[in-house]
Amino acid sequence: MTPSGVLYIVVFFLVLLAVTKPLGLFMAHVYEGKRTFLHPLLRPLERLIYRLCGIREDSEQRWTQYAASLLAFSLVSFLFVYAIQRLQGFLPFNPMGFSTGHPPGNATPMTPDLAFNTAVSFMTNTNWQAYGGETTLSYFVQMLALTVQNFVSAAAGIAVAIALIRGFARKQMDTLGNFWVDLTRGTLYVMLPLCFVFAIFLCARGVPQTLEPYVKAKTLEGPTQTIAVGPVASQEAPKMLGTNGGGFFNANSAHPFENPTPLTNFMEILAILAISSGLTYTFGKMVGDTRQGWGLFAAMAVLFFAGVFVCYGSERAGNPILAHLGIETAAARGQPGGNMEGKEVRFGIASSALWATATTDASNGSVNSMHDSYTPLGGLIPMFNLQTDEVIFGGTGSGLYGILLYAVVGVFIAGLMVGRTPEYLGKKIEQKEVKMAMVAIIVTAFAILVFSALCSVAKFPAHGYWNPPGPATANLANDGPHGFSEILYAFSSASENNGSAFAGINVNTPWYNLLLGLAMLIGRFGFMLPALAIAGSLATKKKVPVTSGTLPTYGALWVGLLVATIVIVGALTFFPALSLGPIVEQFLMHQGKTFSMLIFPVWS
Amino acid sequence: MWKQLSISVRLVIVMTVLTGFLYPGIVTVLCQWLFPTTANGSLIRVNGRVVGSSLIGQNFTKPEYFHPRPSAAGGGYDASNSGGSNYGPTNQKLIDRVKNSIAEFRKANPDYKGPIPADLVTASASGLDPDISPASAEAQAPRVAQARGVPLGEINQLIRAHIKGRAAGFLGVPRVNVLELNLELDRQFGHR
Amino acid sequence: MPKTVIAPEPVFNDETRLLPKKLVRARPLFDREILRRAIRESFVKLNPLAVAKNPVMFVVEVGAALTTILLAHNVISGVQGNGFEFQITLWLWFTVLFANFAEAMAEARGKAQADTLRKTKTDSMAKRLLDNGNVEAVPASRLRSGDLVICAAGDIIPGDGEVVEGIATVDESVITGESAPVIRESGGDRSAVTGGTKVLSDQIKIQITSNPGETFLDRMIALVEGAERQKTPNEIALNILIAGLTLIFLLAVVTLQPFAVYAVNSAGKGSVPSVVVLISLLVCLIPTTIGGLLSAIGIAGMDRVMQHNVLAMSGKAVEAAGDVNTLLLDKTGTITLGNRQAVEFLPCQGIEESELADVAQLASLADETPEGRSIVVLAKERFRLRGREVSHYQAQFIPFSAYTRMSGVNIDGRCLRKGATEAILNFVKEQHGNHSPELLEISERISRTGGTPLAVADGGRVLGIVHLKDIVKGGMHERIGHLRAMGIRSVMITGDNPLTAAAIASEAGVDDFLAQATPKDKLEYIRKEQAAGRLIAMTGDGTNDAPALAQADVGLAMNTGTSAAKEAGNMVDLDSNPTKLIEVVAIGKQLLITRGALTTFSIANDVAKYFAIIPAMFASTYPALEYLNIMHLHSPQSAVLAAVIFNALIIIALVPLALRGVKYRPVGAASLLKRNLLIYGLGGILAPFPGIWMINHLLVWLHLV
Repeated sequence: MTPSGVLYIVVFFLVLLAVTKPLGLFMAHVYEGKRTFLHPLLRPLERLIYRLCGIREDSEQRWTQYAASLLAFSLVSFLFVYAIQRLQGFLPFNPMGFSTGHPPGNATPMTPDLAFNTAVSFMTNTNWQAYGGETTLSYFVQMLALTVQNFVSAAAGIAVAIALIRGFARKQMDTLGNFWVDLTRGTLYVMLPLCFVFAIFLCARGVPQTLEPYVKAKTLEGPTQTIAVGPVASQEAPKMLGTNGGGFFNANSAHPFENPTPLTNFMEILAILAISSGLTYTFGKMVGDTRQGWGLFAAMAVLFFAGVFVCYGSERAGNPILAHLGIETAAARGQPGGNMEGKEVRFGIASSALWATATTDASNGSVNSMHDSYTPLGGLIPMFNLQTDEVIFGGTGSGLYGILLYAVVGVFIAGLMVGRTPEYLGKKIEQKEVKMAMVAIIVTAFAILVFSALCSVAKFPAHGYWNPPGPATANLANDGPHGFSEILYAFSSASENNGSAFAGINVNTPWYNLLLGLAMLIGRFGFMLPALAIAGSLATKKKVPVTSGTLPTYGALWVGLLVATIVIVGALTFFPALSLGPIVEQFLMHQGKTFSMLIFPVWS
Repeated sequence: MWKQLSISVRLVIVMTVLTGFLYPGIVTVLCQWLFPTTANGSLIRVNGRVVGSSLIGQNFTKPEYFHPRPSAAGGGYDASNSGGSNYGPTNQKLIDRVKNSIAEFRKANPDYKGPIPADLVTASASGLDPDISPASAEAQAPRVAQARGVPLGEINQLIRAHIKGRAAGFLGVPRVNVLELNLELDRQFGHR
Repeated sequence: MPKTVIAPEPVFNDETRLLPKKLVRARPLFDREILRRAIRESFVKLNPLAVAKNPVMFVVEVGAALTTILLAHNVISGVQGNGFEFQITLWLWFTVLFANFAEAMAEARGKAQADTLRKTKTDSMAKRLLDNGNVEAVPASRLRSGDLVICAAGDIIPGDGEVVEGIATVDESVITGESAPVIRESGGDRSAVTGGTKVLSDQIKIQITSNPGETFLDRMIALVEGAERQKTPNEIALNILIAGLTLIFLLAVVTLQPFAVYAVNSAGKGSVPSVVVLISLLVCLIPTTIGGLLSAIGIAGMDRVMQHNVLAMSGKAVEAAGDVNTLLLDKTGTITLGNRQAVEFLPCQGIEESELADVAQLASLADETPEGRSIVVLAKERFRLRGREVSHYQAQFIPFSAYTRMSGVNIDGRCLRKGATEAILNFVKEQHGNHSPELLEISERISRTGGTPLAVADGGRVLGIVHLKDIVKGGMHERIGHLRAMGIRSVMITGDNPLTAAAIASEAGVDDFLAQATPKDKLEYIRKEQAAGRLIAMTGDGTNDAPALAQADVGLAMNTGTSAAKEAGNMVDLDSNPTKLIEVVAIGKQLLITRGALTTFSIANDVAKYFAIIPAMFASTYPALEYLNIMHLHSPQSAVLAAVIFNALIIIALVPLALRGVKYRPVGAASLLKRNLLIYGLGGILAPFPGIWMINHLLVWLHLV
């Protein structure tokens, strides 16, 4: 690890720490309906939206109604995105002429299964991309379908987190707030202003924002280069801030047009974690004890640093097999060294590793380097981040409600050890809470493990409908343990609504599109609904006063406990699978073992 | 439930107008007005013709140009089909490709004897990486100098002038933009 | 007196006389009889229907059955070398048996105690009083609630009831283990009698208050036997957690098979782990330790309460005791020794001290409380006033009541009263007497020093004050401090005036006090605390305590109390020692801690098992995973077997801990958690490493692998 690399990571963390309180405080005010400095400008717009949509601002919802609204909104969003994609050939802003069939040049047809996968993906804040943006989607789809979801799916996530916070904050109440109001406020006051400023900043630093067709350039050596452009900045901003991660281009934030300079890179990583980090403060503020919020922040910070330094260390050390061939892998003499396969020179090792960790700490899923080409240990970190349900700052909203579910489990086990019925923030943790927290953890584990298992052995006829390449493992770009990692990562990413990938795997087949779409749905609602159920149950409870007999849920002991709960539950669930993927690959890499594509023997 | 759906439909439409139409529309108008160059892709024109984008790498194979990193975008530096190799560290294909690159590099640059900089034989994430490390540029300098018949010192000076450094001691990695450097070569020593 | 029909002599046998000193004899942990019973039961409990209630053990049993079938299949089809499979199968069955044994141990202890109790339940004959005044002999088991019975000296009281007439000494050692007889009389708070106890002197008329099968003794037997045992809310929640973890591990292991197929295909060597090995991994991972010990912990917790001679009506009550935020402690008898001593007479101006002493003594003659007696004694010492035979006078005694807060005597047309200062002043006002500000002054002065002022009046005339001094029990201050460390507020309840109460409160170190408390005040206080989210525990014995006992989350009724009080509370202290509330709280906490500690331990154990089994499973496919074999286990077979054996043995090893409970110290939550996390969390991670390593070497040494 180089001093400048370590400095980069430390400075990043300090800046993140600095924005947490102001942003968190602002969000607390927004969701508590207090006046903010943006009200003169946005309040009339907010009222207009309520009038247009028939929303009664002052009516409160029980958790079941809240959940029903969430589901209804998600369903309509899904149908909307699906329809626009399938109809893109008939819609405007389509200079490259993308459609559902017979595409021009190297374009990808928008098949029903791909449209399903993409619609689910953006509606669930996953932004998994089975397609390459610049070869598949018109500007119309990118703006009116995907950008919109970048806003509202993030706002929906925050809404659920706010509902859960209210569950902790309220005493003996039936209701959790109003989903429509929370969604509108999140979009209007939080996402829109931040995105507006960020988009302008990005464009100033080199990110294109145009509706013109792709540019044809005659290169210095002669051949023509077609340069894809588009309304990138306006989509990039919510993509980062709303932990969406769906790139305008296939290469995502590694693409120089999405992320042109080291400064944009720094700001984009910050944008990944800013709102989620702020929400920890919002939480503390709204439950009336900011120490509680900082307690969560500290646990997240510990896990963040552990992940980022393991990942950075491993990438820095590089690939010993390549080193053997005579490549300089140490950082020296004006070159970055380390494992540069799948990384951009302008970012280098440290900020690539930081991004890989941050994007999977959160449910962002954007990449500025290709995780598939990471060293096994370096790639293990993002994968493990996914498998522990992305609670290290996490997705907008989903990070907070995710870590709160872990806190429920941690409090329950450890709380017993202080000799009381476990309680968190004065709320007794009982059957319903434990049941719902376990449901959330189990369903995501189910989707990851069972679907990965299916794909490890499923066989299809080659050139058939479901999976034209043949067996499900024929879609892999790598053989050996790394191929297995591609499958495991894909389902971890989809189930956790992340969207990043070990991208060598070709997932644009009906089999993978449908299965991954299903995993995203399970991951999104299998986590949100239990969180809302817990919120509903907690809101009705009394608040037990704090005494010296109460387990303190801040301070070093609590942070250690929460960290241990997250790591141990994740490790115990996924250790067997991981040991056949990145863990064994790490050992094999050091033994110099490589794998070439073999035709798979018939499944026996 | 019917009421929920009705609100949902109306809200999706309102949000689409707001965040899918007004927001990008306003941002587009503003950016085109404020930053016309970057908003249109930081294009480089020579004699009025677009030769590329300063942010997008392009392929160079001739000895008189500095060569960029291997690219996995389409057939190589296809700026409408970005992407990395996605080869894992134990993939034989990765090893073979790197071996080839090393062999080619050694053949083309017989004067360079040192270890090969890691970035020069590995594929970038986007396949469109516009940069190489200063070390990678310096390793190619003797070849370029020989091909162009100019002193090595001038080439090295040109490289040093094109190094973008590390801001504030941590932001960014020292690098050289290949297209800009090659354009400068042509400008100074003539297009061949 | 009704005429008595001679009833057959009640059956007395040796057993009823030689009752155990205590209801629950503190048995050694592994009593031979209990052990025998438990071992038998562990096999009976193999019945899948019984195991199905415990999801973790059910999974183990299904696994064991599967390996048994596979083994049988191998043997029948003549496959050689089944030693490994045989041993795994054996140990899987042992795992289930050990868990059954733990539960059976806990239950057997209860059953043994129930047997002892049942022996006391001889079906004695009762003398039922008929409407016509006659008495008939009926078996006690046919008595219904509302029946009136007569019990004379030597009779066994046939059922729970209230004394409605007469006074008697009763031997209650059956219930309390205390051999000293107690007095039971009609009216007041000492009217309750319990079936199975024996009248030693005099004759009483009892109204039966329970139906057959519902008596206190019946309930007690059912309780200790665990027949009425229902899972407590917390236990259910923990069960959900464990079941959830089991499901997760099931997913992890079931999917490992297809993953292994991929691995074998792509590595091109080795073989997919066998079903026996996969089942072994599953059993090692699922939380068998806590799954096997959970119900034993609950039963043992109840048992521990019982060993303190407290009867908890439900496990829920014991759990609630651990959660208590506020303890309401009666001052008298709990915080103080209960016998306040009169130390001086303080007459008002113009009153002779001797007159005050005389009236005070007269008013106290019928007062059998230690305070009353101490006044009599003090008057005698100071002024040689002898205790007079009050029956010579035309005297009417006014007993103390919580509402009037005074007592006294009406004698020769004089109304002599002693009592709380305010009560006496009210009384004087009613009698149109003079108001004396001086009285208040003296009274406050005494109160400030922690004494109790007892005002004395003769009709409308205020005479002065008797200074009673309260003596706080030794060690009370320290125990209250422990409570505070546990995060429990202690509130002293007293009928004294606020000044007196404050002085005692500060001496005892309680956090708050409720002075001049009527039962109604108590109830209101409890409601107020509960509305603020607090859980309340209290003790009580009188009928007027019943509403508060019922309202409190933990109501510990004294066995000497009325049956109304005992009905209202959810625990009964057979020793009638109110201080015991503190122990009950500690036991409740200990119960929860034991559950949490063993759960943590169980989960933490898994880490080591992965390091043993995963490299062993894939030794042939990925030899590189040998790096994970940090224990350097001998061979794949020895590794798997050692992990399974360790997993089974740890259950047995932890049975004593489950039965005895984790050691509890009254300290704050943070330090408690730190300590337990260190021992059961970190210890749980580390302990299996040497354990599995040693078993592995033992297996190699014995040539079992």
